[in-house]
Amino acid sequence: MAVDLSVVFCGVKFENPFVLAAAPSTDNADMVARGFEAGWAGAILKTTSVESEVVSLAYPMMVGLDIDARRLVALENIDLISGRHIDEVEKDVRRLKKDFPKKVVAASIMGAKKEHWEELVRRLEAAGVDLIECSFSCPHGMPEKGMGSAVGQSPELTEKTARWVKDAAKRVPVIIKLTPQIADIAAAAEAVKRSGADGVTAINTVKGLMGVDLDTFVPYPNVGGHSTYGGISGPAIKPVALRCVAEIARRVSIPISATGGVTTWRDAAEFLLLGARTVQVCTEVMRHGFGVIEDLTDGLANYLDDKGFASVEEIIGKALPHVVEHSQLPRDGKVRAHVDPEKCIRCGVCYVACRDGGHQAIEFGPDRLARVDEEKCVGCGFCPTTCPVADCLTLGPASAGKGRAAS
Amino acid sequence: MTERVTRDVSVGLLPHQAAAEAGRCLYCYDAPCVKGCPAGVDVPAFIRKVGSGNWRGAARVIREANVFGGTCALVCPTEELCERECSSRLLGGPISIGALQRLAWERGTAGGVKAGAGRGAGADPGADAAGTAAGGKRAAIVGAGPAGLSAAWELRSRGWDVTIYEATDKPGGQLDWTIPPYRLPPEVVAAEVGAIVATGVKLRTGVRVGREAAEGLLAENDAVILATGLGGGRASGAPGEGRPGVVKAEEFLARARQGRSTRVTGTADTGGDLSGQRVVVVGGGNTAMDAAVTAARGRATRVTVLYRRTAREMPAWPREYRGALAAGTEFLWLVQPVAFESAGAADGAVKAVRCVRMALGAPDASGRAAPRPIPGSEFTIEADLVVMALGQDPNQEIVEAFGLAADKAGRPVVDPSGRAQVSAGALPAGHVLKAKVFVAGDLGNGGATVVRAVAEGKRAARAAAGELERAAPREEAGSNGR
Repeated sequence: MAVDLSVVFCGVKFENPFVLAAAPSTDNADMVARGFEAGWAGAILKTTSVESEVVSLAYPMMVGLDIDARRLVALENIDLISGRHIDEVEKDVRRLKKDFPKKVVAASIMGAKKEHWEELVRRLEAAGVDLIECSFSCPHGMPEKGMGSAVGQSPELTEKTARWVKDAAKRVPVIIKLTPQIADIAAAAEAVKRSGADGVTAINTVKGLMGVDLDTFVPYPNVGGHSTYGGISGPAIKPVALRCVAEIARRVSIPISATGGVTTWRDAAEFLLLGARTVQVCTEVMRHGFGVIEDLTDGLANYLDDKGFASVEEIIGKALPHVVEHSQLPRDGKVRAHVDPEKCIRCGVCYVACRDGGHQAIEFGPDRLARVDEEKCVGCGFCPTTCPVADCLTLGPASAGKGRAAS
Repeated sequence: MTERVTRDVSVGLLPHQAAAEAGRCLYCYDAPCVKGCPAGVDVPAFIRKVGSGNWRGAARVIREANVFGGTCALVCPTEELCERECSSRLLGGPISIGALQRLAWERGTAGGVKAGAGRGAGADPGADAAGTAAGGKRAAIVGAGPAGLSAAWELRSRGWDVTIYEATDKPGGQLDWTIPPYRLPPEVVAAEVGAIVATGVKLRTGVRVGREAAEGLLAENDAVILATGLGGGRASGAPGEGRPGVVKAEEFLARARQGRSTRVTGTADTGGDLSGQRVVVVGGGNTAMDAAVTAARGRATRVTVLYRRTAREMPAWPREYRGALAAGTEFLWLVQPVAFESAGAADGAVKAVRCVRMALGAPDASGRAAPRPIPGSEFTIEADLVVMALGQDPNQEIVEAFGLAADKAGRPVVDPSGRAQVSAGALPAGHVLKAKVFVAGDLGNGGATVVRAVAEGKRAARAAAGELERAAPREEAGSNGR
């Protein structure tokens, strides 16, 4: 059965929920055109500013984090906004809207003062953008000039600045890209709501420091013997992004475009279930190209169909009722770890994990089969995360009459 | 001439590949791979260090258990040992432990074989063995192969005064004798042997220990460790075996390793070049495979292996058989030589092998089907060189020199620590039997792996030092989680 992947976000129709995030992959019309041809529903052009804003890039600007064989678990960048002139960006918008009238062309803007924001909105709206995203959230380079996350970290500044933009926009919806570098991201989303702006994007990169070269003592990336903090993206930040999206969705009635660590359609589905209406992707596209859209849409459509949903709209926010405060969690369940002896490969990893990280509830005898002592097991859930075999060590109800009450 | 694929010391893993492979290790509790290693290398511990890039530490872990860790990384049949026990074999295939060990050794010893900085001084006896910490204990080791050198290293690390008596002109034994250089480059052997000798071992080369010398060693040492290896290649007993051109595999491989001529005719030293030669290898063990591959690498015109049973009964490891096949070796199964013929050649050199076809009957003492000749099935194949790889006999010479109790096959009888019994009357009146006598390596086990020889040398040394009795069981193993 055909599944309707389209969504409406801030009044704008997207043929599917997948949007290219403001990033190197959207820094010129040729690249975006290729993205559209591959199947992306929309693109947010790399952040631009007024011509007086000097963009002074430092190279190298990116460094990855590998864990074992897994490359690029996270990506750090110290890139800045687009180095291209606003005139060029306007031309790109016109061309893209002409060539791809059904695709959503959005601009990302960043200004240092009210007049800048107003000028950017005026020019890009005139050029024909469908949506304007404001970066209040870049964690590097811009904050020291009072821009980027320097704005997003203050709900007052967020509200004030968002209102400038919203007031300047005649027809185009305005969304604000938020930073996770804030104690209460929902408060920032509330500020956006108060400003009258139309939606939020959550989240921008997480400020971090990727590592230190043990030979030179210079942190990464090494820019002529020095380094600085950067913005972390990629799979590693997905849990932070999911949490931010859930916090906003639970407290603020405002459309959310989610971004942060989306690699597969599964990640995207999780964001949708937690209340996002569109999903932006950057790092995975940079790594494996615009073609990743094929499985993002195909996988999502098959998932929805398998679950009996006819459209993306039907699953948005479906997980939210299950998110509660810790104090509201039920305390009466009794779950215990269970080992499938048919699947157990006798490695003993769970034994060590429970011995040194848990409750000494797993026995490991001469036959090397892990056995759970249900009297000692509290069902903490750690051991299944260590088992190398899929569905071998699982949590389930305690055997009848066994197990003590969890506390 | 046909171009042949010849197996070589493989390229191995690159560091980033090693990191990925290390990332697959499950770090099993009471890891089965460790039990699969005769030397007991703490495989998960060194793999964790490979994963973290602590190459020196990885090499140190390997070397603490196996002083020939670099050699064994190249020659161990890992798929028969550690990798066969690997828990990951049930997931995506076993971890490439041998390849990881090789890289760990190469990178971890790049600045020389030395101790890890994170360990207490003297933790690595290879670096600076103590002098007389053992209170003047003395050991004599006969044979400077992997077993003897391993024992020497262990005893030096305990402060013993150690002398090795070696019959040839240099230490290394089989490592530098019959193992083909394409499997084990001489520089690896030189580095590991050199590090052991450098601990202050007294090395006497060119010394064959006979009866008289043995009496002295038994009387003057606290321990005597016999690690001479086997007694030499077996003969088939077929007529013509003494002809020029019929050689024992051990001699053939030794000549090839040393770059001496493996040809029979002509005086010119042609190195290992066998072009134009038809080579027949007799036997189905790993030595036969090494001989076949060595001949093929020497560009022999044709290499044929004769084995009296079939591939199924062949004792060679599958990896070695595959290597011989890849080198272009032809195998004739169920065939046994009955005579080596010169076909009237003036020098009497072999020109052909007369063979008989065999049939398999009921299982023999080895449990394998016993081959019997099929009457009237004789045929002849041409040969310029015949390499006999029929296994080696027990070392009667050493058994007799030391008066060791031996079994029916002539092999020394030992207890689980490798301790041998010296027969009463082995010493003339007036001599005191002071030494505990141990046997290690091929001499006792009948011919096995390098790693087993190393492990037996270590075991004998520990037993000599009186450590085995008080050795604690493995930490927590089998504690059943309590």
